[in-house]
Amino acid sequence: MAQIFRPSTNTIAKMSIILGLALAGSLVGLLMAFERSTYRTNEGVVYAQPVPFSHDHHTAAMGIDCRYCHYSVETSASAGIPPTDVCMNCHKEIWKDSPMLEPVRASYRDNTPLEWNRVHDLPDFVYFDHSIHVAKGVGCVTCHGEVNKMPLIKRGSSLQMSWCLDCHRNPEKNVRPPEEVFNMEWERPKDDPDYGAKLVEAAGIEGEQRLTSCSTCHR
Amino acid sequence: MIGKTLCSRSRPGSERLPLMLLAVLGALLTVGCRQDMHDQPKIEPYEVNNFFADGMGSRIPPAGTIARGWLREDSALWEGKDAAGELVDTLPMALDQALLERGQQRFEIYCSVCHGSTGDGQGMIVRRGFKQPSPLYEQRLQEMPVGYFFDVMTNGFGLMSSYAKQVPVQDRWAIAAYIRALQLSQNAALAELPSPIQDEFHAALTAAESEGDGVHHDDAAAEHH
Repeated sequence: MAQIFRPSTNTIAKMSIILGLALAGSLVGLLMAFERSTYRTNEGVVYAQPVPFSHDHHTAAMGIDCRYCHYSVETSASAGIPPTDVCMNCHKEIWKDSPMLEPVRASYRDNTPLEWNRVHDLPDFVYFDHSIHVAKGVGCVTCHGEVNKMPLIKRGSSLQMSWCLDCHRNPEKNVRPPEEVFNMEWERPKDDPDYGAKLVEAAGIEGEQRLTSCSTCHR
Repeated sequence: MIGKTLCSRSRPGSERLPLMLLAVLGALLTVGCRQDMHDQPKIEPYEVNNFFADGMGSRIPPAGTIARGWLREDSALWEGKDAAGELVDTLPMALDQALLERGQQRFEIYCSVCHGSTGDGQGMIVRRGFKQPSPLYEQRLQEMPVGYFFDVMTNGFGLMSSYAKQVPVQDRWAIAAYIRALQLSQNAALAELPSPIQDEFHAALTAAESEGDGVHHDDAAAEHH
């Protein structure tokens, strides 16, 4: 009886094992890359809002401090979305007939909140707190991107856990002096290699073991 | 034992197939779990919650209730008024450098948009068409008790809204103290300044004059304002 398999079948068998593994491996890699893509994280994505509010105009052009509107950022977990009253501090006089601002006036008149679409939304099992990050010297721009140059707000970073950990493992690369936290134009001095380490020391930021402990962010 | 093991190996498919099917089904079920943990039933700040008629997850405390630690017993601190209802003319806290610096920082954030950094009433929003407020250092306002500024910040005045939401009580007093500092600085004579600052000014003036150039003179003057 003739043999069923020719000698070359051995090669095919070996190659198919290698190819199979490579295929499975690249499939996993592809899925991982997909999960990290901006398509999944929505980094840089603009969300539709009830009013086309421009951070660029209000901060860069008008020179209004972040804290004028986000006034709980230094004392609470939430930075705060300003109530309509705060818009009306100025807009009862400025642009008071603009059709663009009609939703704001309607909200003020009817005492109903404006429904903004949340741009930076962490999963509910993450207990992020703005106040501690601001107190220890993490600038607004570090996570939210150059909001002062965004006519429409977009998501400034991926908000993935690996992104959080990048900084929690190496805070010295990202912190700034506390008085520069709200300065969107601040630049880190380049001549001092220990600059970040000194800031970490001065702010009393704890070591990697504490910053990367599960219960620091999850509880 | 050995016999039993061999026995189970002799017909693997019949026992394992249902188990494997069950595992696949179980894995399929977990696909739907992810968002439950991402968006839990708990209410986050500003979250919509349709349990309440107005849809607001963040509730406003019922009228007439006071949160623990927020009883406003001290009328001088909370209202800027004494027991008789008159505006107080002293700060309800110690005045020090830290309070003034805090006041300066908060003034820059919340007040300078209209009142300008020096209190001249020429802030950016005024330049954009908002009604110009009186300079904070004018005679009439210099004569007001310090509680007046606290009262205006708390309750608003004319077109100015209340800033009680945006600026906590302690910071409103710090700003009131800083307004006094602005009133002093905007009406100060050179001879009243500490001698190092006078020296600095004279040095800058001399330097500017020796340059003999109008442009440089402006620069030096601008630096020392």
